[in-house]
Amino acid sequence: MAEHSNAASHADHDHHDHKPHGWRRWVFATNHKDIGTMYLIFACTMFFIGGFMAMLIRLELFKPGMQFFDPQFFNSMTTMHALIMIFGAVMPAWTGLANWMIPMQVGAPDMALPRLNNFSFWILPFAFTLLIGTLFVPGGAPAGGWTMYPPLVLQNGASFPMLIFAVHMMGASSILGAINVVVTIMNMRAPGMTLLRMPLFTWTWLITAYLLIAVMPVLAGAVTMLLTDHFFGTTFFTAAGGGDPVMFQHIFWFFGHPEVYILILPAFGIVSEIIPTFSRKPLFGYEAMVYATASIAFLSFIVWAHHMFTVGMPLAAQLFFMLSTMLIAVPTGVKVFNWTATMWKGSLTFEPPMLFALAFLFLFSIGGFSGLMLGIVPADYQYQDTYFVVAHFHYVLVPGAIFAIMGGVYYWLPKWVGNMYDMTLAKWHFWLSTIFVNVLFFPQHFLGLAGMPRRIPDYAVQFTDWNMVSSIGGFGFGLSQLLFVYVIVKCVWSGKRVETGRVWEGAHGLEWELPTPAPYHSWTEAPSDSIIAKGAAH
Amino acid sequence: MSRNKVAMMPMIRLNFARLAALLAAALALSAPAHAESGWGLLNMTKGVTAISRRVYDLHMEIFEICVAIAIVVFGVMIWSIVKFRKSKGAVADTTLVHSTRVEVMWTAIPVVILIVMAVPAARTLVVIEDTTNTQLSIKVTGFQWGWQYDYLDQGVSFISRLDRQSDAARALGSGTDPNTIEHYLLNVDHPLVVPVGTKVRLLLTGADVIHSWWVPDFGVKKDAIPGFVNEAWFNVDTDRPGLYRGQCAELCGRDHGFMPIVVDVRSKEDFAAWVKDELAQKQATAPAAQAPAASTAAAPAPAPAASTATGPGAAAPAAG
Repeated sequence: MAEHSNAASHADHDHHDHKPHGWRRWVFATNHKDIGTMYLIFACTMFFIGGFMAMLIRLELFKPGMQFFDPQFFNSMTTMHALIMIFGAVMPAWTGLANWMIPMQVGAPDMALPRLNNFSFWILPFAFTLLIGTLFVPGGAPAGGWTMYPPLVLQNGASFPMLIFAVHMMGASSILGAINVVVTIMNMRAPGMTLLRMPLFTWTWLITAYLLIAVMPVLAGAVTMLLTDHFFGTTFFTAAGGGDPVMFQHIFWFFGHPEVYILILPAFGIVSEIIPTFSRKPLFGYEAMVYATASIAFLSFIVWAHHMFTVGMPLAAQLFFMLSTMLIAVPTGVKVFNWTATMWKGSLTFEPPMLFALAFLFLFSIGGFSGLMLGIVPADYQYQDTYFVVAHFHYVLVPGAIFAIMGGVYYWLPKWVGNMYDMTLAKWHFWLSTIFVNVLFFPQHFLGLAGMPRRIPDYAVQFTDWNMVSSIGGFGFGLSQLLFVYVIVKCVWSGKRVETGRVWEGAHGLEWELPTPAPYHSWTEAPSDSIIAKGAAH
Repeated sequence: MSRNKVAMMPMIRLNFARLAALLAAALALSAPAHAESGWGLLNMTKGVTAISRRVYDLHMEIFEICVAIAIVVFGVMIWSIVKFRKSKGAVADTTLVHSTRVEVMWTAIPVVILIVMAVPAARTLVVIEDTTNTQLSIKVTGFQWGWQYDYLDQGVSFISRLDRQSDAARALGSGTDPNTIEHYLLNVDHPLVVPVGTKVRLLLTGADVIHSWWVPDFGVKKDAIPGFVNEAWFNVDTDRPGLYRGQCAELCGRDHGFMPIVVDVRSKEDFAAWVKDELAQKQATAPAAQAPAASTAAAPAPAPAASTATGPGAAAPAAG
């Protein structure tokens, strides 16, 4: 309770929109919106850097034969693309959205720990400068895959310690960000904002934050063991010294599978906000959605070995991980059914956020189906490490996580800046992205099933046709994203003013009870119980 | 007005379809003309072993169930999108927010479907994991970048690498069109030779980093891990001798994409004759060929065997 009275009295003598000017506003930022903005700009920058690497990958794979790069550089590109997209684009984008939206959604003036917030953001530019800097050191950038499997990862040159330290920094940043989210949600909710009144985006982020706190230290431990294996003579992962390279994979994927849900749970949250708004109907099965999210999070801790069915595990272990993996389809199915039921008997309109949410619904489901197929161990022996896997995880990450991020930006951008964006251009961005993302990734299912391994710079000639299609889709998708930036910049600079607090007709939730654009300090006075009840609307 | 909007949708879709067709046609024209077209390569191979066929059937079964679910779920979604449009005057039924009966149903039905999937999968897995009663044991050592094969009971061993033609053509700026190379990147200098109708056990290990031995037609993919020995097995149908190709499936460094696997499956008699030949050659060149497994990288590469590309049922290779 103390927080709330503090916040209120603080607001009394704090002027409206009082903020530092110039570079100090950003470097010393403690405001959740400023930090959120920096996170989002950072994520967008990384999205384009990682995307550029993807373009180079698709360029080399456009036809068989080595046209442009040395295989080692190609391997660096696949490794760096993954690290940058996961840790640099998607995760910071989620933290940026969390920063912006969680205080607004729970009725708080700001995040609970503003200086920690500043620190967790400012670690990132250094971490990624270090990581991207590896491109310029002897031996080139890390080329052993983002999964950093030993012994291969130990063959990296000067980039190796840089990679490890960069991963440590990213992990620290994520943990601090997650702590801030948990503390904010647990302590800064307005009176009356009970846990089961919280919007789904806040809910999914709360669960995501716990996952982050649970598994990022595991990753840090795993890479530290790599570091000591390399420099201090330990043999955690070397059979000759009594270690086991497969142990790294177990530890890595114990982090890695919850990480997958760290990337997608907030997407579930956003989609659960957007679909009710544009269906003009409350979310169907709110509580089931919360419990499904929690179940998915729990299950994510006991399925890790499905990433490594070919390493030679005992039969019982394989059966266990197959069954636990299949079980995830149940809560995930519940979510998809609930979203569908939300649209049922609704009154639907198709503004850009809704379009992205709908594409998410269809395309994420396709990724879910291929995920289910991958869980079937005997079939996985054929799928493992092929383009089928590449198609699967790109379906859940690009039209999954990234479409949800874009949908979220289109949903909340008018609230943030007080201007509406160009709907026509945004729809163009949507249709181009959706078409090209399918041209890009759908044929990769075929390639994988036909026998093309992943992470190869050159391929047998029978794979040419679908690789060309995939590359064309890739270039198209990449170029379409420039439109996204243009739409945002145009909106911020010269968008049409939005006067109403509730930007969208069917929007519910506390963020829409604030004026537009959202004030610098969100809820300087706690919202009343009636406003909270109205916002919760379920 | 609202009618117009509804009518627009199919029209737009149609245009996209036409666009896609055009794009495909343009691609087909621009693609270099090579013998086998890749457009038809859409699905997993059925392979040539009982296991690979079971795996294929399992794959198709799960795929078909997924398609069926997708038709239902996507159908409802599309129906909602079409039917419940505000522009068509749809009014939201805001009371429809919860239904225990429906929610229990759509939790229970997937569980049943999953059990239907899991049972045959578990059965197949049990068979795959049964490595007893094997008739031929071959140690497979993955190294950067190739494979060493040791026939444990026959005393035959050799190294298998990417064939020279592919190796020359794959160099950056080689100027060679990969389409002119037979089995580009999928051909080796010295294929693994095994008999049909025999339960062949592979003992896999890695010399340096982790590799993965994968031949899709056998339904076998198993990691070759330094310091550990993994087991896998296959038994090729007696009526399916021939050459079967695969690749390393685990990223293993710079030339990961260039360490193919070729298995030459022969009749039992031909296999016995081949073993005899190999042993005879080994005797003839005894002092030179004593390079043990320990120094795989330094071992002299066997002379290239041009005959590996000659197709199924080839006579003894011209290696030597």
